[in-house]
Amino acid sequence: MCRSACVGLRAKGNNATADFLGMLHMTTTALPPPPTAPDAPAFLTPALDNWRGAIAAALVLSVIAIAALPAAAAFWTVGALVALVAATFVVNAFRRHYYGGLLVAPAIAMLFVMNIFPLLWSLGLSFFAYQSNRQTMKFVGLHNYIQALTSDIKAPENWANLQTTAVFVVCTVAAQMLVGFLLALLFAKQFPLRRYLLILVLTPMMLSVVAVGVFYTYYYDPTFGLVSQVVNRMCGCQYVLMSNRAGAIGGIVFADAWMWSPFVMLLVLAGLVSVPKYLYEAASIDRVSSWRSFWTITFPYIRGLLMLALLFRTIEAFKLADLVILLTKGGNGTMTISYHVLRIAQEQNKTSEGAALSYLLLFVVIVLTNLYLYVANRRSQEA
Amino acid sequence: MADIITKTPIWEKLGFRKASGVSEAGWGHTALAAIVSLIYFFPVLVIIITSFKLQTDALAVPAKLFPTSLFGLLPESMTFKPTLENFTSVFSRAFTNGGAVENTGFDRFFFNSLFIAGTSVLLALVIGTLAAFGFSRYPLKGNDTYLFIILTTRMLPAVVVIIPVMLMLRVVGLSGSYLGIILLYTAFNLPFTIWMMKSFFDELSPDVEDAARIDGSSDRRVFFKICLPQVLAGLAATFVFGIILTWNEFLFALLLSSVDTRTVPVAMSQAVSGGGIGVLWGLLAAIETLFLIPVFLVTFFMQNQLLRGVTFGTVKR
Repeated sequence: MCRSACVGLRAKGNNATADFLGMLHMTTTALPPPPTAPDAPAFLTPALDNWRGAIAAALVLSVIAIAALPAAAAFWTVGALVALVAATFVVNAFRRHYYGGLLVAPAIAMLFVMNIFPLLWSLGLSFFAYQSNRQTMKFVGLHNYIQALTSDIKAPENWANLQTTAVFVVCTVAAQMLVGFLLALLFAKQFPLRRYLLILVLTPMMLSVVAVGVFYTYYYDPTFGLVSQVVNRMCGCQYVLMSNRAGAIGGIVFADAWMWSPFVMLLVLAGLVSVPKYLYEAASIDRVSSWRSFWTITFPYIRGLLMLALLFRTIEAFKLADLVILLTKGGNGTMTISYHVLRIAQEQNKTSEGAALSYLLLFVVIVLTNLYLYVANRRSQEA
Repeated sequence: MADIITKTPIWEKLGFRKASGVSEAGWGHTALAAIVSLIYFFPVLVIIITSFKLQTDALAVPAKLFPTSLFGLLPESMTFKPTLENFTSVFSRAFTNGGAVENTGFDRFFFNSLFIAGTSVLLALVIGTLAAFGFSRYPLKGNDTYLFIILTTRMLPAVVVIIPVMLMLRVVGLSGSYLGIILLYTAFNLPFTIWMMKSFFDELSPDVEDAARIDGSSDRRVFFKICLPQVLAGLAATFVFGIILTWNEFLFALLLSSVDTRTVPVAMSQAVSGGGIGVLWGLLAAIETLFLIPVFLVTFFMQNQLLRGVTFGTVKR
């Protein structure tokens, strides 16, 4: 399942069918044949579908515009030229029946403008010395990266934050997988009132992270917090959860795991309900033990989804910042790397330093993801 | 035919029935599940209870958890008097002690949340469905690579993207406007919309479409009359999932919204820190309770679709 979800996308090979149908179409009906695609226009024709010409013209004109016009006007000129090129692509696709590209284009354009272009921009910024509260900008090459990795002050701090993040990733993901899995087993059967109890378990996922963070400080508060009230009653001492590192990490892990275990539960549940029931019936006729029937029937169905859940939650756990901000503000050794990046880039205005550091983080995430997908793919091919 | 005539009794609608063809567990299982889910739900329950408490009750030790004493069954120290004051003061309250009652602007923030989440999810649905149909029916060269890159955009740490987006929107003059934040959220919702809708389109049998083409339907007609009606459930699933993700988004909203376009999570975080008298727990709880209701209802009525949505459509029910 993970294979079909993440890696091995099956392409629909219905071209052959289409050709066959096309022949059928021509021979059996009296309708006119489908229009054939006109030839591509010559390079210099001022036609609306001459995209090669449009790209060349746009490149020349935008260089001129950037050199000659003020920044804002140049920006809009370049924008208009890009729109022109896009329009020629659209007309070209229409005239030649490239419906695939035409349908996909708006989505790709949107993702390019809001995700990929900013990404390249921040890659560019990471090679400059730039602070968002100053106007100066100086090219410094790899200086920011070298600083982040080898500087006496910054490198140990980054390294420590990365280690804290690793602790969070391992703890939260393990807790979420375990709790989510157990909850899914509980809800896999049909029983009275199931619908109503399921929605109760799903509610934490729907809460705003701000409310969760702030209310967990309420629960953990040393004087009126519910947790400390219960513990104080039991041990007769003053209990402060967040006073040491283990307690602080535990507190954040608990809140995060509580909030996101339902997500893992939903994924596993989707796998559990998709197991055909006749397999269990056959197993019970053969008197297979329930342990064995779990491992040989149920588990293969949910393995892919467990891996998907593991992937999603690990990526999210790497980004963990908001709960840390709300619960400890990074104190007591709970500073995570993405909060650190956020602080550098946002609060200290060191935009390019933050960009460099987040690229290092992105590199780690991509390497880990690809390693994981590689292993998952190999495993599922062996099985 | 018989089930058209027989009316479903009310208790069956409430879930007191045996679902067909699924392994059954009885009321014992229900009891176990009820205990577990109530424990799991308890922190949310405390938030809801707190929204009916005055600040003094919210800070009381030992905690007052019950709104009534159940005719004297519970001691006075465990009960509080429920009040609706928090809910009215969400929308208008006096900011200083004894000052005039002012509008807090939360009606606006609730509208912003609804408008921004709704528009961006719908926009992503339109663009994403078209793209998914393209990916599914007219595969491009390197189709898989495109799809994988689209999924990777979900993996980026928000920080990497957010700073250039802020700079970009400032240059274009869209910073703090509805359009800017809606476009960003649309891009944020697109990847899983495309993935989910593609898996729904992949499942449809191409025979029906081919039959329609033989009968002379145009490609556009095939899409609107044949394919789209068959994936309505998929559209609903994608919508619910998108709403849940967008509704509570905090970081982008914090950095991109202005006073006019502020969403509720951002306003909530500011209501928490404002005033210098510590957190007003009852007020915060009331905001969250109100904010939870819409998404709770949507999820409740589209629960089955959600199960599908969360797997990016990879699991068939």
